[in-house]
Amino acid sequence: MNNTTHTFLLAGFGGQGILFLGKAIAVAGLLEDKELSWLPSYGPEMRGGTCNCSVTVSDEEIGSPQVLTPSCLVVMNQPSFDKFDKATVAGGYTFIDSSLVSSKSERTDISVFYIPATSLANENGLKGLANIVMLGKICKEYPFLPKETVLKALEKNNKKNLPEITERNNRAFDIGYNYAE
Amino acid sequence: MAEKVLMKGNEAIAEAAIRAGCRHFFGYPITPQTEVSAYMAKKMPKIGGVFLQAESEIAAANMVLGAASAGVRTMTSSSSPGISLKQEAISYIIGSDLPCVILNIQRGGPGLGGIQPSQADYFQATRSPDHGDAHMLVFAPASVQEMVTLVTDAFDLADKYRMPAMILGDGALGQMMEPVVFEDKEITPPEKPWATNGHENKRAHNIVNSLYIQPDELERIVKERFEKYEEIKKNETRVENFMTDDADVIVVAYGIAARVAKSAVRNARAAGIKAGLIRPITLWPFPAEAIKEKADKVKAFLTVELSMGQMVEDVKLAAEFKAPVEFFGRTGGMVPTTDEVFNEIVRLNGGNK
Repeated sequence: MNNTTHTFLLAGFGGQGILFLGKAIAVAGLLEDKELSWLPSYGPEMRGGTCNCSVTVSDEEIGSPQVLTPSCLVVMNQPSFDKFDKATVAGGYTFIDSSLVSSKSERTDISVFYIPATSLANENGLKGLANIVMLGKICKEYPFLPKETVLKALEKNNKKNLPEITERNNRAFDIGYNYAE
Repeated sequence: MAEKVLMKGNEAIAEAAIRAGCRHFFGYPITPQTEVSAYMAKKMPKIGGVFLQAESEIAAANMVLGAASAGVRTMTSSSSPGISLKQEAISYIIGSDLPCVILNIQRGGPGLGGIQPSQADYFQATRSPDHGDAHMLVFAPASVQEMVTLVTDAFDLADKYRMPAMILGDGALGQMMEPVVFEDKEITPPEKPWATNGHENKRAHNIVNSLYIQPDELERIVKERFEKYEEIKKNETRVENFMTDDADVIVVAYGIAARVAKSAVRNARAAGIKAGLIRPITLWPFPAEAIKEKADKVKAFLTVELSMGQMVEDVKLAAEFKAPVEFFGRTGGMVPTTDEVFNEIVRLNGGNK
């Protein structure tokens, strides 16, 4: 793997928008004409259990779509933190929703960011958009693609093109992007 | 050029089938292929097609038998346990020389097994699609884009040879999203003068049948079918060679296993090992020649599958004992990792990185 390949492992509870977060990243890759793959865990986890999603965005043909050692890990619940904290590749990035995960990573070979995404979303009347808050922070600290492309990808995912959804997404994104620990 | 879109494998297959002229889809939901039915249910009524959720897999496959007899492009899809249920109808379809496309998005077995990806239906697809002497075309896509291409080809070749074609995928390929491009091309399914459709008494009526009571007649018909199979082996075998020119260790893998293997081969090359990949795109006919050609040039073949080892038998037959053929696999819904395959390549290369 070289630095033109970005591998994401996104994990949390079903219903947090983990797969949507992955799709936003994938669509951003599509807009930049990158090679990409999006592989969800599927089955009972979609109905409330733990859920995860592998996304690869690359300049090269993608072999295995399964991401086991991500360059960017996002965890949005405690079981996912316990399971994947060690998975991030050395030199990689881990983003933790600190309103739902109480542990701190003991890793010293990666960059770790703690964002109370769920609380931030709720406090700002953006319940359900913690995933987008996380996305904002990811774009700030791990700029895998330009911010504008990611925002455009979010807009593209808003299929009915409802302006209030775009406005809420952009607000959630900015909260994450501007959040300082 | 047509627009590049992001689609799940299952949805891409359904869209490709519609674009290939399929207007008659019969299914029954089962994880991990349900999105195929869901997509067909949404689209077919809008384009004057038929989507029918049957009362069972058995019924759905027999509806395909009926629709294929009438000469239309028709398809059914399921996952492993559901395909077992369809086998009786598949046999009648083969015995009646009817074209259709059958999709198997494999999951772990036997029995109800699990819902995670598997390749353990290789024997069923290539050896024993039914009872009797018979084969069907079996295509093994390794990406969402290839699923689209192969669905179109499967309909064309099924019509050309008057036999069923199977797309053998797995849960990962069905569920994953990748960019796809649909080529804008006009599809005109061929005339089917043998079809049992309405003709207003303008010709003698056609009969579609798989019953031949006289053994000499049945033998003749089966033998004719096998002559056709020889033609197909000559003309329709497909394979991808990846870095095999100077390879010491060649991995043989198809579908999702080939994706993992390709990553492992790249890593092996980066570590100075001359590794390569032979990826069968058709499983029946099996690309035996591609393997035979390399058999006296390699240290070993490594077959990688999401099963306890099924295709490995075809690789051994093709290698004719000129090179060792080893196997690595995971089963039950587990997917081999790139590192696991890499370690096997290192071992077969003599343990030296």
